[in-house]
Amino acid sequence: MIVTTTKGDMDDSLLEKREGSVDNNIEYTEWVEYWLDGELVHRSAHVRLKKPVLTITDIGGFDNG
Amino acid sequence: MANSQAMTTSFKQDILNGVHAFSSAYRTADTFKAALYTAASSLGAGTTSYTTATTEVSGTNYTAGGVTVTNATAPTTSGTTAYWTPSASFTYTNVTLSTAFDAVLVYNSTATGKNAVSVHTFGSQTITAGTFTLTMPTNDATNALIRIA
Repeated sequence: MIVTTTKGDMDDSLLEKREGSVDNNIEYTEWVEYWLDGELVHRSAHVRLKKPVLTITDIGGFDNG
Repeated sequence: MANSQAMTTSFKQDILNGVHAFSSAYRTADTFKAALYTAASSLGAGTTSYTTATTEVSGTNYTAGGVTVTNATAPTTSGTTAYWTPSASFTYTNVTLSTAFDAVLVYNSTATGKNAVSVHTFGSQTITAGTFTLTMPTNDATNALIRIA
């Protein structure tokens, strides 16, 4: 597979691949890195947001006093 | 300094003032954009606009102002909750963003004031000659990106 890197497009067989994920109540994130001779040449990340923003609406009542 | 996830307070006021059109139900829909912000920023409920949020990321192939939000699904309701979610992921392709970032600001790009809608936070990231994708949650009353209950 061809990978876009800081050195140009390279075949992944020439690179060291590192990957990981984070899963918590806010997000599920997967990341992948490719290294060449100890240098980071590619890093991508994909974040799936879990926590929406929410507002609670209300209405006031009439003052009967 | 830290970013905080929030529906901005100014957005709530904007709703009452009829500032935003998330669909073409009543007038031409507005264009919304999604911009990334450094982890050293302080975005949150008090953020009022893209213009006033000055700590946007910068880097190779990242365009200031962020990406256009794909908006093919109009806001809807279920029970007593109204909700809306962009219809595609926010994707920043082949970018290099060396300064850590952990927030995205959704704002109205059509509005003159570039009015803020919401701030969403995630774990701090950097990207090197790669792609950063923010995948949207399920568009329902429980999980939608923006909900008004």
